[in-house]
Amino acid sequence: MAIEPQTRIVANPLRFRPRNVGRFLLTATVLSWFGILILVPTFALVRGAFAGGITPFRDAVTSPDAIAAFKLTLGITFVATVVNTIFGLAFAVVLVRQRFWGKTLVDGLVDLPFAVSPIIAGLMLVIVYGPKGWIGRWLEAVGIRVVYAWPGMALATIFVTLPFVVREVVPVLREFGIDQDEVAYTLGAGKWTTFWRVTLPSIRWGLAYGVTLTVARALGEFGALLVVSGNILGRTQTATLYVHDSIESFNTEGAYAASVVLAGVSFVMLIGMETLRKRVDWHERPD
Amino acid sequence: MAAGTTSRRTKGGKLIRAASLSYLGAMVLIPLAALGYESVEPGGAAFLKAIRDPFAQHALMLTFVTAGIMVVINAIAGTATAWVLVRYPFPGKGVVNALIDLPFAVPTVVTGLMLVALYGPTSVLGAFLTRQGWDVIYQKPGIILALLFVTYPFVVRSVQPVLLEMDRAEEEAATTLGASPFTTFRRVILPTLWPAILTGTALSFSRALGEFGSVVMVAGNRPLETKTGPMYIFGEIESGNRHGAMVVSSVLLACSLGVLVVLNRLQQRGGEHSHGD
Repeated sequence: MAIEPQTRIVANPLRFRPRNVGRFLLTATVLSWFGILILVPTFALVRGAFAGGITPFRDAVTSPDAIAAFKLTLGITFVATVVNTIFGLAFAVVLVRQRFWGKTLVDGLVDLPFAVSPIIAGLMLVIVYGPKGWIGRWLEAVGIRVVYAWPGMALATIFVTLPFVVREVVPVLREFGIDQDEVAYTLGAGKWTTFWRVTLPSIRWGLAYGVTLTVARALGEFGALLVVSGNILGRTQTATLYVHDSIESFNTEGAYAASVVLAGVSFVMLIGMETLRKRVDWHERPD
Repeated sequence: MAAGTTSRRTKGGKLIRAASLSYLGAMVLIPLAALGYESVEPGGAAFLKAIRDPFAQHALMLTFVTAGIMVVINAIAGTATAWVLVRYPFPGKGVVNALIDLPFAVPTVVTGLMLVALYGPTSVLGAFLTRQGWDVIYQKPGIILALLFVTYPFVVRSVQPVLLEMDRAEEEAATTLGASPFTTFRRVILPTLWPAILTGTALSFSRALGEFGSVVMVAGNRPLETKTGPMYIFGEIESGNRHGAMVVSSVLLACSLGVLVVLNRLQQRGGEHSHGD
């Protein structure tokens, strides 16, 4: 069972009475710090967005540029999530169930995007997939433009979100083991049937958690997109680029409005993350 | 674990492996190799020249110093937060516990704008702080504040599970034997916690070295003043000095990877076997 932090340890109030003052002070300090660092700026953003009332906010959110930006963000997030879910599943299966030379290295390589600054990720992709890049020049020759166009933005988003699904699925897959798969297989189920009916259901919460993290990160990616989208006036904007460019061009209202929408969406994603994490913990400890 | 099962699905398994590895190669390995190769390809002299550029040096230095200050604050604040969340009851704890991860969910640009909204020159608080001579936004404190925000969950989330698992018998023994709360914390609790604190700190530091979205909104982008490493890289890409951007990128990336590799080694030496098979 999942053990909630608050129920796990019940301090004996009698024994710690002399420390109650210290305890209260520490709690108050921590909560104030958390409030000032995280919550107050959040409220300041919301307040800023509605400074002129609800109408300017609505107008800013429904402006054609903002709508187009949100549509592009959704499209790119969708592509990145689908690609990384398929790849993540396949990769987790390979990492957990196969043995091959260089596995440890590959295992480390999967995590690499977490250590790479978004700006550097963008630069790497420009070097490889740019018009004069290692692979980009061949793609350009056959008429496929990657960087400075939406495929490059999708690629950048895929890069920065690559590890999430793998990282969340590997432990649950390892925990789940191979026995039930073997049983299904022995009973005559095909490989695909076994995967769909036995493996996938047992790793579903880990997978769902990984997918949620991927979506949340994809919606908010900025630095890598800024680099691969180039410095073109009136470039195709995702929601985050729209926020940035709006600030640059003194469209403060637009920036605040789009930010509040993004923050709202990420708040929903956070609730999803918390719910799923409890599920994963619950399933990982089946005692 | 996998030994007995690979035989029966050799062909399909090999195909999936080949596909996954090619994908990883195209997405991660080739870009990494390309960055490394292209930054040293013009020769060692050009590399050194790019790294000795005073603007590059200042930007890198600023990144390390701000990340360093952030890490010290977050190690203390994060440990205290985890401690309070695990040990002390208070109303609304479940909500606070869930909201700790908010910085991971919020887009970095939005984080930057939040800080501008609160501390910026047009806000009441920002105007007040400016009158006191404490400029936050478009100054270095703004950069540290942004880094503190985006990395806040790392230390909390690494220390929390260790505190939950911790056996309290030793602590109680220390208290019974007359140790003060401070001594108990320093001599009994801290030795158990420090690997987790170190993990969270290293992850924060590595993340802070590359942070861009939130910092670019609050830093003001003044060369030799508030321009961090990632901002310098972006500026050099924009102005066409791609080699300069690549050299600084390599240095920054080597540092954040180095931190993570050292961390990994320390964890393995600490006896944590992450690979159970």
